[in-house]
Amino acid sequence: MQLDGDNLTCERGGRTVFRDVCFSVAAGQLLQLTGPNGSGKSSLLRLIAGLNEQADGTLTLSGGGTDLSLGQQAHYIAHQDAVKAALTVHENVRFWCGFLNGGDVDAALEAFDLLRLASYPAGLLSAGQKRRLALSRLMAVPRPLWLLDEPTVGLDAASQARLVNIMAGHLQKGGMIIAATHVPLGREPDQRLDLGRPF
Amino acid sequence: MKLILALIRRDLMLNIRQSGGAGTALGFFLTVVVLLPIGLGPDQALLARIAPGALWIALLLSVLLSADRIFQQDYEDGSLDIMTMGPVPFEMVALAKAIAHWLSTSLPLAVAAPILGFLVNLDPNAILPLFLGMAVGSIALSLLAAIGAAVTVGLRRGGLLVSLLVLPLYVPVLIFGLSASQPPGLGPDIATPSLLILAALALVSLVLSPLASAAALRSYLK
Repeated sequence: MQLDGDNLTCERGGRTVFRDVCFSVAAGQLLQLTGPNGSGKSSLLRLIAGLNEQADGTLTLSGGGTDLSLGQQAHYIAHQDAVKAALTVHENVRFWCGFLNGGDVDAALEAFDLLRLASYPAGLLSAGQKRRLALSRLMAVPRPLWLLDEPTVGLDAASQARLVNIMAGHLQKGGMIIAATHVPLGREPDQRLDLGRPF
Repeated sequence: MKLILALIRRDLMLNIRQSGGAGTALGFFLTVVVLLPIGLGPDQALLARIAPGALWIALLLSVLLSADRIFQQDYEDGSLDIMTMGPVPFEMVALAKAIAHWLSTSLPLAVAAPILGFLVNLDPNAILPLFLGMAVGSIALSLLAAIGAAVTVGLRRGGLLVSLLVLPLYVPVLIFGLSASQPPGLGPDIATPSLLILAALALVSLVLSPLASAAALRSYLK
């Protein structure tokens, strides 16, 4: 399984965010996106997730499920947590699990140490706990490609270590991760992509 | 299908827990209907004559009251982004959310209308046709409201704009809803054909609303 981006150009609101970006991620590889604010890290992740359209260039995933779109094989963890305050922690994960055709809710909560908060309303969680709740979608629904936008924001040291472990496990199983972050991810990324100066 | 039911169930649960949607709309409906006799005076014959029209207009306004929230929260917290990446076509997501709005807001209003009719001296023979007309018409109301909600989802204070956009679309529903609410026995029977036309309007919006809402939402997500 391999994801190739070729000469990708992204425009938003008439402004070119980045131009001619090329990358290639193979199964089991971690790609770290860096670059100053406004250089288009989030735009590139959204583009891969199918939420933006590229102005130019091609994006191909080879070796995946042929009848699924790229977005349907990817997880996108954005700045917004997509957590419903009025539902409990368990109900939040269970909904995404059901809607995205996922698997084991309890195991996903356990992986991010949320099991003892399962019956708690998500509105009462701290920012870091909400982040963990958003991240537990990664474990609840198995998908090969993870697109992580600043995944460690708000996480304490123990949770960061847990996330690093989970990411390592995903890579070992042949998954792919593209993470936009400036903090070390516990291992040397297989590739780096610096989006450079904003246009 | 199971996935769509999961979405409808979640929306209904959110609506009940947040107590913002159905309760407020019902309260608004009740208040408008109570204000009418106060404003028009206690002329029973006059009230009976305008009762169906008053109830229908109050219904339209109450449905619109909570319409701007159909997609807004999911848009703001990023849930819609993830829904576009699910196995369900995005049009079905939009349809599921409109159905959840109908079940949680419009249908309870349609059920409450004949009861509130007593406040405006509604002809007892008109209760059943009014209820049938509103039950069918409210499907179209919710589906059309979803289009307005999708078009304004990224705008701050989009609520008023939704009303401006959607109220003109409600005119056919209002016209045929009113003639479907006539009590039987007054002149030629126009209630049955009007009810059928209302059903046709509901079916047309059932097809058009998911397409239009999904297209509008997609352009906002980009």
